[in-house]
Amino acid sequence: MVRLITHNLLACHVKRCTTNNFPLQLKDVQLALREAEFNADFLRGFMPRLEWTALVQAACQVGDDSLPLEAPEMVDDEFLKNLHHVLLEIHIEEGAMVCPNCQHVYPISNGIPNMLLAENEIG
Amino acid sequence: MIPTPDLSHLTRTDYEHVYEPAEDTFLLLDALEEDAQTLRDSKPHICLEIGSGSGCVSSFLGAILGPSNTLYLSTDINPHASRCTFLTGEKNKIPLNPITASLTQPLARRLSNAVDILLFNPPYVPTFEEEAAEAQHGAGLQGSWAGGSDGMRVTDVLLRQVKNLLSPNGRFYLVAVKQNNIPDIQKRMRDDGLQSEVVLQRRAGREHLFVLRFLR
Repeated sequence: MVRLITHNLLACHVKRCTTNNFPLQLKDVQLALREAEFNADFLRGFMPRLEWTALVQAACQVGDDSLPLEAPEMVDDEFLKNLHHVLLEIHIEEGAMVCPNCQHVYPISNGIPNMLLAENEIG
Repeated sequence: MIPTPDLSHLTRTDYEHVYEPAEDTFLLLDALEEDAQTLRDSKPHICLEIGSGSGCVSSFLGAILGPSNTLYLSTDINPHASRCTFLTGEKNKIPLNPITASLTQPLARRLSNAVDILLFNPPYVPTFEEEAAEAQHGAGLQGSWAGGSDGMRVTDVLLRQVKNLLSPNGRFYLVAVKQNNIPDIQKRMRDDGLQSEVVLQRRAGREHLFVLRFLR
């Protein structure tokens, strides 16, 4: 399953594509919503690992504008609920992720991203 | 006692494409189980399994740590394996996040010093070099075991990345066999600032299997 928590960790890795290769742009996505167990400690602990702007942008691309543009310094329950939903409950089932720099297309099929490159594309 | 993950949804056809858990898998599970409390206490945020195959090992780690306490990422070069990993996670109620990729390629940039638990049961069987190269290219069942002349063709690539992947409290579990030259692996990793020990070893048929644990 490709959720936004995973999307936030994937970058283009085509040979010589080293700048502006993150975040990958979501394209033609089909979504599914699935409930996940809420865990405030996990969310708090994970926040420093997130690229916030990339997360907000990806959330907007899938139609969720519940997150603030800047990561808040103080987190309350409502914020954590929204973060939980955005990171863990929105599943990208089909579609693609496109590199903003080299335009390489990484397909998503049956909820699994295919990040393999051809031999001549590997850095 | 942590039960072995339920794999009853996988069929003979799946195992024509994806490695079926065997003694090496179970040795890794045993090593994780021995460290279960330490693993929980370390409160990992990101776990990454390379070459997740059936998804048995990541699901087992999920049973140790719980479904919502950590992010379970995995890669496999074999798309069929990614599918099996996903299904095994579902079957065992652990949200696994399989990615079809070679080693850490698409994750390396963002997971710099961020992986708390790294797992790899690599293709460790010594074979002809060409055989191992073709096996990786083919991304099928053979790629799960064919390891080149000293069985280290694929493992060597990952070993060079470990110091950049592990978080300050990170740990790495690696399955190996005697022919992989374990003292040499340990020496090379020590040069990268990683301490290691053999946490388990077992003879299984012709194989003398080891699980190594590396700490920052």
